Amino acid sequence: MFTLRRFLQLIPVFFGATLLVYFLVFATPGDPIAALSGGKPMAPAVEAALRAQYNLDQPFWIQYGLYLKNLVTLNLGQTFSGQEVAAVIGRAYPVTARLAIMALAFEAIFGVFFGVIAGLRKGKLFDSTVLVASLIVIAVPTFVLGFVLQLVVGVQLGWAKPTVSGAAPWNELILPALVLGLVSLAYVIRLTRASISENMNADYVRTATAKGLSRRRVVVVHILRNSLIPVVTFLGADLGALMGGAIVTEGIFNVPGVGNLLYKAILNGETPTVVAVVGILVIVFVIANLVVDLLYAWLDPRIRYV
Amino acid sequence: MSENLTPDKDLSPAATPPARQGKVSSRVIEHYVAPLEETPLSAVDSVDVTAAPLSLWAEAWRNLRKQPLFIISTLLILLVLVVAIFPQLFANVDPTSCDLGNSAEGARSGHPLGFTLQGCDVYSRVIYGTRASLMVGLFTTIGVLIIGGVMGALAGYYGGWIDVILARLGDVFFALPLILGSIVMMQLPAFRENRSVWTVVLVLVIFGWPQIARITRGAVIENRNADFVTASKALGLSRFKALVRHVVPNSLAPIIVVASISLGTFIVAEATLSFLGIGLPFSVMSWGNDIASAQPQVRNNPAVLLWPAVALSITVLSFIMLGDALRDALDPKARKR
Amino acid sequence: MSNYEKDMSVNNPAKKTDETPLLEIRDLAITFETANGPVNAVRSAHLTIMPGETVAIVGESGSGKSTTALAAIGLLPSNGRVSGGQIFFDGEDIAHAGEKRMVELRGNSIGMVPQDPMSNLNPVWKIGFQVKETLKANGLAGSNHKERVAEVLTNAGLPDAALRAKQYPHEFSGGMRQRALIAIGLACSPRLLIADEPTSALDVTVQRQILDHLDTMTTELGTAVLLITHDLGLAAERAEKLVVMYKGQVVESGAALEILRNPQHPYTQRLINAAPSLSSRRLQSQKVKDALAGAVAELDEPVEAGYTPSPVPAKSGLPSLRKDAEPGRAQAGDTILEIKNLTKVFKLRGALGKTTDFKAVDDVNITVPRGTTMAIVGESGSGKSTVAQMTLSLLAPTEGSILFDGVEVNTLKGKALFDFRRRVQPIFQDPYGSLDPMFNIYRTIEEPLKIHKIGNAKSREKKVRELLDQVSMPAATMSRFPNELSGGQRQRIAVARALALNPDVIICDEAVSALDVLVQAQVLNLLNELQEELGLTYLFITHDLAVVRQIADHVTVMQSGRVVEASSTDEVFNNPQQRYTQDLLSAIPGATLLV
Repeated sequence: MFTLRRFLQLIPVFFGATLLVYFLVFATPGDPIAALSGGKPMAPAVEAALRAQYNLDQPFWIQYGLYLKNLVTLNLGQTFSGQEVAAVIGRAYPVTARLAIMALAFEAIFGVFFGVIAGLRKGKLFDSTVLVASLIVIAVPTFVLGFVLQLVVGVQLGWAKPTVSGAAPWNELILPALVLGLVSLAYVIRLTRASISENMNADYVRTATAKGLSRRRVVVVHILRNSLIPVVTFLGADLGALMGGAIVTEGIFNVPGVGNLLYKAILNGETPTVVAVVGILVIVFVIANLVVDLLYAWLDPRIRYV
Repeated sequence: MSENLTPDKDLSPAATPPARQGKVSSRVIEHYVAPLEETPLSAVDSVDVTAAPLSLWAEAWRNLRKQPLFIISTLLILLVLVVAIFPQLFANVDPTSCDLGNSAEGARSGHPLGFTLQGCDVYSRVIYGTRASLMVGLFTTIGVLIIGGVMGALAGYYGGWIDVILARLGDVFFALPLILGSIVMMQLPAFRENRSVWTVVLVLVIFGWPQIARITRGAVIENRNADFVTASKALGLSRFKALVRHVVPNSLAPIIVVASISLGTFIVAEATLSFLGIGLPFSVMSWGNDIASAQPQVRNNPAVLLWPAVALSITVLSFIMLGDALRDALDPKARKR
Repeated sequence: MSNYEKDMSVNNPAKKTDETPLLEIRDLAITFETANGPVNAVRSAHLTIMPGETVAIVGESGSGKSTTALAAIGLLPSNGRVSGGQIFFDGEDIAHAGEKRMVELRGNSIGMVPQDPMSNLNPVWKIGFQVKETLKANGLAGSNHKERVAEVLTNAGLPDAALRAKQYPHEFSGGMRQRALIAIGLACSPRLLIADEPTSALDVTVQRQILDHLDTMTTELGTAVLLITHDLGLAAERAEKLVVMYKGQVVESGAALEILRNPQHPYTQRLINAAPSLSSRRLQSQKVKDALAGAVAELDEPVEAGYTPSPVPAKSGLPSLRKDAEPGRAQAGDTILEIKNLTKVFKLRGALGKTTDFKAVDDVNITVPRGTTMAIVGESGSGKSTVAQMTLSLLAPTEGSILFDGVEVNTLKGKALFDFRRRVQPIFQDPYGSLDPMFNIYRTIEEPLKIHKIGNAKSREKKVRELLDQVSMPAATMSRFPNELSGGQRQRIAVARALALNPDVIICDEAVSALDVLVQAQVLNLLNELQEELGLTYLFITHDLAVVRQIADHVTVMQSGRVVEASSTDEVFNNPQQRYTQDLLSAIPGATLLV
């Protein structure tokens, strides 16, 4: 019941977000074809192909409908160099998925771990240290962190390869994943910490203690589960941010993923590829949000009935 | 609450127990009375007129000015502001007069941070780059506050269809994160060809307002049904005036906190866009641009990249620290006595 | 040697029984570390509980009663600590016992039933789970824990326990949650149960059922109970022994009925005088009392402490005289407010967008004569507050009419509505919510004058001063902010704000319910004096019948949106016609203990 309703609510979000992307590209001032080519001159054959791909002779809503159809059926047109966009994305996607999952796991595991300890020892040295460190991590832009880590860990220490090779195996992605997840890690720590220290003062925690439960059980059963609810929501929403952040990280480490693809498409002004990639990212994001909602309902029974 | 509650009354048989007469113990219980001098009675509920009156803001200020986090961040922000407004006070080398003869040279007298590949003075560029970054952060935050604040306040206060539309619209924008959305927009020819501080601000506002709208909406909803709002309406205040006079002032605290932190993230976003080559034009001196142009030499001459990055990080850090300090001082839970 | 011991040795030198007290608190001091330095919340407190005995600690908020009890189970907040004295549990000093020892004791030796049923159950775990872990932690779950859980819940008075165990707290009503908490507190048959205001969040009839049940259970199990309450009547009715606390100290203790009949300490005397549950007369203004004084003098000797003038006028015993002597109510009698066939239907949103109708107010008729107080009494969900909202024209009725001074309130618009707003004013329940925290007191009281564009800045300031004086607040309060005032003071400011426009009717929605007994008495007195002085009419919404007795001339009893009984206050109290009214009356704690 709840699942169904949440699912139904996501449909307008999906349409809205794709419409937004489509609108941005095709309704901003200027010739859409010029927009698609990034303002560069192009061969008449390419121009004709683009017109056909985006049905630019049709009214706007039909154009949009056909764009959606193309998006869902993965009929995404061709890059300027004549490759199928779908095929290019198909090669890049698994790499980015791997990268994002590693980053997410990294921030979930370490973020919750440090956040819980800091929250339980609020005001102590460990807490202050973690807090200051997290502030610094948030303040330093990802690309700076990327360069620094690449330089120090990759080049000077030689612990990891500074750039990723073509196949992008797991072990080579560790450093990029670390960089990608670092800022979110800081947010997870702060969120978990705040949530824990708030729940520690909850009445039901005192009641649980009064029942004769050990401190350990009170923390694990009563504080932790309740505190993780907002953290889970954050992690789900963060998947989208990670995809966005991947542009920078993949650029630095030369990871052959979606972000890199997007970055190069932007540099070359290949709008069709940009639109296609972002459309796919929106789908992923919307699905991730659905998963989060379900997880949320599982963690917090009150939600199921609202 | 859901409807399947069983009324309390049905829980036990309806028989009225006999009137209660109190319990009488079989044990001897001594009657103890504390000596009066030990516990003098004071008048019921008297007003303490000795302490100085404190508004909530005054109280927050009193807490804040003792907080190192707040003092450090405020001083840093003031410094950054002064540098942004009067860069010539801090650097006497023209950041644009570059001499390829100095290309990638190290530090020397008058040029404490060395030179870029183009032979420009790094220190001077860092000082003069402050203005652009700060302007983007500041104006984006103002724009986001106006649009997000108004939308959020109206949606939260009036509810109904405005709220429904706003909630869905917010969801749509949330599906396109700040950086991703800005990238799509900035790479469009219409924006790419007219890049300036203002286009970057516009794009960041478009994708940044839903967050403030969400926060404002939540804060307004928390206050809209407060008794003091109802009381004002019963006094004859119009609904809209009650929003402006009572609801909004009481909802400001969380908005200020988020705005301060957002200012930092907008500066980072601008730098990221510039780094990707679709942010500020190269003619505008900014930390993001300098980092981008230093990137190719990062392995040979990391300092050129490092200094603008340090300036950027410290600025962002001070805004985030300020937000943190404000959060603690304005926490509504701590406010209630 | 503490005063307590001195006192004992003087009063009762021979008192040494072979019985060991179950709990003995000696000279206890508790200190809280706060931002403004250490605060001594409790000083030289002492009490003794024998096995199986029920002892009640009575006191107002901030008296240290809960803190004392929490110290006994080692659950002081993290910034609090025992800074002196001992707590003996069965002969063992546990004041500074380690965490390990306290975990052993909690649950099976010392149990606890907390105050607020809404926040004391973990919302994400099923009720059954929360009971089971209590049993498990104390090694009592055994192999058949499902049956044990059901048994424990059944014992606490929850029917269908096996099914209920599978539900979450949010699926329970407040009363049921409190039963679940009682089940948890008593699950391991502790020898001592600490019950911290276990029913103060509940309706009186539910409160009574639950306390009755708790009584039965603890008697069966032989459990001693430490009952924390602000309600003297309730304490006297449920406990053998009373301990009265005031400002962190024990001011008086002894056998419950003895203290009730023969209070020695002036604070206790004050408390007994003010306790609404024990008082049975309508308050009277000083003027009326003076008028009556001669006639009453020889009939009724008020129990006066003679130490500090009590804020509550002593009860003078002749309510029948009052009607004859009503100075200052010249025009009393004509109807100022008439509610006819008032109905309010709310649409509740169900699953899948379906709506169901919910009749919150159902065909209610109320007539309020000018210059009198009409009380609307009912439990939560009775629709009484909805009636108030509609009378204030803040909510549109579905059907029926409200006539104010002969004019239909419902259809008022523009200037007429604005004028109505001037003449009818509200006072709300929550003293923490009814004043804008951003406005200082001057702006708060000035606001109505400003809205109605009365006077200039200078005359308004004068008016604010007058109003503050009228509610007995010093003029210096003007520059203060609500968060610097106590609940009772805020409520007096709310009264001043309501008076600013010289209204005819004031609608008090649970206006004194959140206040401590003495403060409550003070505000009720203030309201009463103002009524005499200004000829005000009150519509007084409350769940507390005891308060009704003190302030109302007429009573309307509501249940589930309907009027069950309506009559004069004396009639309702002395001769209730309906079963529901009788139940409500008999549920007033301490009602049968009238001295």
